[in-house]
Amino acid sequence: MMNPPLSHYLLLSALLFSIGFAGAVARRGAILVLIGIELMLNAANLNFIAFWRFGANPQALTGVMFVLFSIAIAAAEVAVGLALVIAIYRQRKTTRLDAMDSLKG
Amino acid sequence: MPHLILFLWLVPSLPLLAAGWGALLKRQRRRLAAGLAIGAMALSWLLSCAAFFSTLRVRILRQSCNFTWFDLAHTTVQLGWMLDPLTAIMLMMVTFLALVIFIYSLGYMARDQNFTRFFCFMSLFGAGMLGLVIANSLLLLFICWELVGLSSYLLIGFWYEKPAAAAAAKKAFITTRIGDIALLLGMLWLYSRSGTLLFYNHGQGCLEQASLDRLVAGATMGGMALSTAISLLIFAGAVGKSGQVPLHVWLPDAMEGPTPVSALIHAATMVAAGVFLVARMYPLISAGPHPAALQVVTWVGAVTAVFAAAIAMAQNDIKRIIAYSTISQLGYMMMGLGVGGVAVGMFHLITHAFFKSLLFLGAGSVIHGCHGEQDIRKMGGLKQLMPWTFATYAAGMMALCGVPLFFSGFWSKDAILGAARDWPFSSAPFYLGVAGAFLTAFYMTRQVCWVFFGKPAEAQGAQAPAHESPAVMTIPLAILAVFAVLAGFLGTPAWPWFDSYLNGANARFTFAALFARPQLLLLLLSTLVVGIAFALGWRVYSRVAWQSPREADPLEKSLPPLFWLLQNKFFIDELYAATVIRLNTAFSLCADWLDRVVWAGAVRAVSGLTRALAQINRALDESGINAGFDLGCQGLRDTGSILSWMQNGRIQRYLRVLGLAICLGLLALIWGSA
Repeated sequence: MMNPPLSHYLLLSALLFSIGFAGAVARRGAILVLIGIELMLNAANLNFIAFWRFGANPQALTGVMFVLFSIAIAAAEVAVGLALVIAIYRQRKTTRLDAMDSLKG
Repeated sequence: MPHLILFLWLVPSLPLLAAGWGALLKRQRRRLAAGLAIGAMALSWLLSCAAFFSTLRVRILRQSCNFTWFDLAHTTVQLGWMLDPLTAIMLMMVTFLALVIFIYSLGYMARDQNFTRFFCFMSLFGAGMLGLVIANSLLLLFICWELVGLSSYLLIGFWYEKPAAAAAAKKAFITTRIGDIALLLGMLWLYSRSGTLLFYNHGQGCLEQASLDRLVAGATMGGMALSTAISLLIFAGAVGKSGQVPLHVWLPDAMEGPTPVSALIHAATMVAAGVFLVARMYPLISAGPHPAALQVVTWVGAVTAVFAAAIAMAQNDIKRIIAYSTISQLGYMMMGLGVGGVAVGMFHLITHAFFKSLLFLGAGSVIHGCHGEQDIRKMGGLKQLMPWTFATYAAGMMALCGVPLFFSGFWSKDAILGAARDWPFSSAPFYLGVAGAFLTAFYMTRQVCWVFFGKPAEAQGAQAPAHESPAVMTIPLAILAVFAVLAGFLGTPAWPWFDSYLNGANARFTFAALFARPQLLLLLLSTLVVGIAFALGWRVYSRVAWQSPREADPLEKSLPPLFWLLQNKFFIDELYAATVIRLNTAFSLCADWLDRVVWAGAVRAVSGLTRALAQINRALDESGINAGFDLGCQGLRDTGSILSWMQNGRIQRYLRVLGLAICLGLLALIWGSA
């Protein structure tokens, strides 16, 4: 079984990131935007793992540590984000982001 | 009681407290107001009695208690109070009379709406007068002097809704102010030369030998001794307060006030303050080998005595007659001080205080009984209707006229005439005094004749029959009548207790002194004068008294020009109106013109200039500064509107911009590194 090279991982992560970014930018629903952001975060996590695995010192668990923290932070962020979405929904009966422009200048 | 002096300040303070408290009371608290005033005065009277008896027993001539009021850089202003026989006897007299008159006022003012205010003012007056009496500093004396003047003003104008009363109050205040200015100048001059205003301060006071010697030695313009000049200024203050010629004009008008006020203030005590001041300053006034000021005092007094007595002959208002009589008697006191010294003048002051307050209260009782009538031509027959008032009034009248032996005025007037006869400079004051005594007996006969004898008041055109006053008024009259009779025995030639009391000696009873040849002649002379005046007065006026309606005054019929002159008070008021007041009016007009034209012009010019400057300032502000500022604001607003396009609130657009920026940044990074 052959190990794919680093570039494959990076390409996969770039693909993931682009899909996430496209979703975050293009979708109108707040929850889907949050999902897009999660994808982008996971692309970054994949990069961390890949660079760690192909890096100078794969014995030290530095990449895994980073990713664990990153996932924890992502979970917290989603909790906050969902709470915001629910709060906004209760108030305005919608989760469409283009309807929420009351902070415009 | 050696410590009594430490508590002497309480004597004026208690009435002052009562006045302050009374001022805070509501108008309805009549009982409390009267109770406060009478209670405080009664306590003061008790303290005064204690002080008086202590001066009788302990023969220390003078005690004083001084304290520092305030310090200024290098000068210390000291005030203090003192107790000597002069103070003690005045305290006794003032507190006692005030007490009696307060009680009388309960009846006289019973129906007045402003009863509370009346007692507040009366207490204030009591405080001022008592402070004046115990003052051991000319400054403190002056403060109380002004306080007394103020309360006199307030009480003359007590019925201020009457225009005459308001005008009389103003006249009294302004006329006495003329004298007060002189007194103030004298006081300042004295202070600048002697460095202290304390009377007695262990050898350093301004009335003690060291200071007097300096003042006598100092000369001023025209070779006049400094002491004389200062004395004359101080005497001018006394002239104003005691209603001496030429500043007497306010005193008769002061009778517009309620009668108890006239009795207490404008007959018995306050007007005597001038005499008291001269007595207090006697060491200064009589200092030096040739006390010229003392001669001025004598002459002013003698002239006043006759002048006012003459006017009194032709007056018809019962109170005004007694007011002129007061002026005349004050003249006697001044003359007594001038010719005979403190004891002679003060003795007449004390006896006069009793019989004059008696006469005023009697007149008040008459007015009260006749329902406010004051014209003696419209009274009559009150002897039967008001027996108590008549009896007491008669006692006062006989004391005033100097009926021999049993009435106080006889002995005190006799002492003055005796001293005037021995005056080395001139015998004119003696003759003026005798003439005054004659006139006094004459006009008092006229008054009593018309008020108490003859046909009753209805016959003279009165509305309702007269009635006797209530007991609260007649009892004070009776008390005063007793004193008006008895006070004279304190200073008879046979037992000159008053004289020796003031000088700190022991009086000896020498019956023979009464029969010494010059003394006996004098007694006979005054008896004769009074007798002739009574007989003449009775003969002239009794016939008219019984007529109904009454004819004109017999004096008017026989000597019309003289009567006319007297009735118009020698035209002094008119003279002042034509000279001083016209001058004053001209001066005011001049000042008014200056004010309107010159000063107002200057003010208007300054204000115009300011307004012009303000207009320029405004134009600059509007065209220059505001325009620039507006331009700046517009620019900010435009920039803001452009930038606000970016802040559109769509988070996804922000995200796109962010993504674009990262892409561009990456490209720059790649190309930059290549």
